[in-house]
Amino acid sequence: MARKISILVVDDEESVRDSLSNWFLEDGYQVECAENAKKALLLIESSHFDIILADIKMPGMDGLEMLKRIKALKQDAIVIMMTAFATVNTAVMALKDGAYDYVTKPFDPDDLSHLIRNATKQIVLNQENETLKDKVISLESIEDLIGDSEVMKKVLRQVESVAQSNSSVIITGESGTGKELIARAIHANSPRRYYPLVSVHCGALTESLLESELFGHEKGAFTGAMYNRKGRFEMADSGTIFLDEIATISSKMQIELLRVLETKSFVRVGGNKEISSDFRVICATNRDLKSMVEQGTFREDLYYRLNVVTINVPPLRERVEDIPLLVDYFIKKYCTTMNKPPITIDDAAMQRMEEYSFPGNIRELENMIERAIVIGNGKKISLKDLPLGKDLIDNSIESLDEFEKTFIRQILNKYNWNITRTAKALKVDRVTLYNKIKKYDLKPDE
Amino acid sequence: MTQQYITLISFGYFGKHFLEKIAEAIKQELKCQVNIKESRLDLSEFFDPGRRQYNGNKLLKAVDDISIPGSVKTVGLFSVDLFIPILTYIFGQAVLNGQVGIASLYRLSNERYGIEADDKLLLERFTKEVIHELGHTFGLIHCLTPTCVMRSSTYVEDIDQKSQSLCIRCNNEIGQSQIVII
Repeated sequence: MARKISILVVDDEESVRDSLSNWFLEDGYQVECAENAKKALLLIESSHFDIILADIKMPGMDGLEMLKRIKALKQDAIVIMMTAFATVNTAVMALKDGAYDYVTKPFDPDDLSHLIRNATKQIVLNQENETLKDKVISLESIEDLIGDSEVMKKVLRQVESVAQSNSSVIITGESGTGKELIARAIHANSPRRYYPLVSVHCGALTESLLESELFGHEKGAFTGAMYNRKGRFEMADSGTIFLDEIATISSKMQIELLRVLETKSFVRVGGNKEISSDFRVICATNRDLKSMVEQGTFREDLYYRLNVVTINVPPLRERVEDIPLLVDYFIKKYCTTMNKPPITIDDAAMQRMEEYSFPGNIRELENMIERAIVIGNGKKISLKDLPLGKDLIDNSIESLDEFEKTFIRQILNKYNWNITRTAKALKVDRVTLYNKIKKYDLKPDE
Repeated sequence: MTQQYITLISFGYFGKHFLEKIAEAIKQELKCQVNIKESRLDLSEFFDPGRRQYNGNKLLKAVDDISIPGSVKTVGLFSVDLFIPILTYIFGQAVLNGQVGIASLYRLSNERYGIEADDKLLLERFTKEVIHELGHTFGLIHCLTPTCVMRSSTYVEDIDQKSQSLCIRCNNEIGQSQIVII
């Protein structure tokens, strides 16, 4: 088992010692405390500490004197000096005497985390590698991408090969084909899988919102911004950022994005401090970016920066042989979610689905199965449960009545035939509900 | 056999269904019965005029002093800005392997960051924060798994990146210390 990082907190204030101790314990560090420099030095002589966090202003020997003595004992000791009364003089003195860093109380929680993490980066990385290899972590794997068709197998081979590299990827395909799932699979199989995958839906945001979302903002950057906000590039540090609908971003955002991709650094909106972030980029689009470049609506330099590898996800109509697998998957998924026993689909319904063009692709198929399970009779999905155009039109009157009857029965069963609750759920009054029960001759299930 | 449970104590107005949803999520994730109670504290006693925030350490102690028979873990819920002396703010805190935690939704709402209000997101964030603090009371430390609810969150956006569930490892660890079964 990997050794825990050990931290010694030296501060005369009990509340500071207790708070820091609790904070570090929650992060998995080993912590000891000392209320003055003399006790701290005794502890350091007898035990090893990876990091010493020491207050400067203490009664008796102050923190700066203690720092010199620690460095005399252990030259490579990592000592972080903290103070509530920061001055340039003391900062310079501390750093000249060998302090690793000099920080002002109170800390921003994120700054404290970064500080300790940076101080022990190599030790933490080594420990992470050892312990994470043993952990069973639930991640999306390539096996979660469903498809036996040749076109999907080709996509899966591309995912496997591109996952191991750090290259930027553009995933293309119609809406609803599962581009985000592909992005997740790439991340989950990459060396970055233990770090976040951060998604941004570029098409859903205005330019100014997207800017704030990607870069974050500083307190006071605009009206209502009471606190700092971390941007997605920052959150994706060491991990992956997924930019969905990349074709929708404005020319101004394209320029800013290009700069970030080239320098891996940026400034928060309203800020002036450069922030670095090491992330991998995966983008997705249902547009033809190459044509947009030719038309001048997408920057060529950005296109080539992003398009190191392209993975095209085929529409569902080009992988008809996968439809039964997907239907089976979604039936299991929604029966589990809705706490229902597993059901099947009859041959006529399955055949009709295989003939259907699915303009909305997998998203449409999923929606269809979910709806069918909600309104169906609970045993088998049949043609009448599927809104596949022609059949619905031809039998419209009967289907509407049948739909209403089935739906009302479903809700009555859900509320154990409590008329008041059922009427409320259906947003009708009790008299209307009673009339419907009479019209369709509904009775409680035996 | 006396049934044991987790108690959520609200020290402010949250809305009945808001707390019920959190309780339901805790019940699902931690497999434990959850009771909701209301209580009052004179919060002015915990206010630090220099910081213009409320002392999290003192509030944690105050919640700990409220004894609830049968309750194995208690979380005090607040809507004020919390701090501890060493940090500029906290979302919540708990006694590691102890009985008590506190959580506040003050810094979880979008409006604090100049963004359009999103009640659904606020509920999700607060739920995760409460489950996170409860995890600490069950002895869980911060987890490195990106989606685990026990992953450390220092910014509100970090909270959005994780789920409200424990990863397999944390789930196994908590299973060893769990004493309440529904």
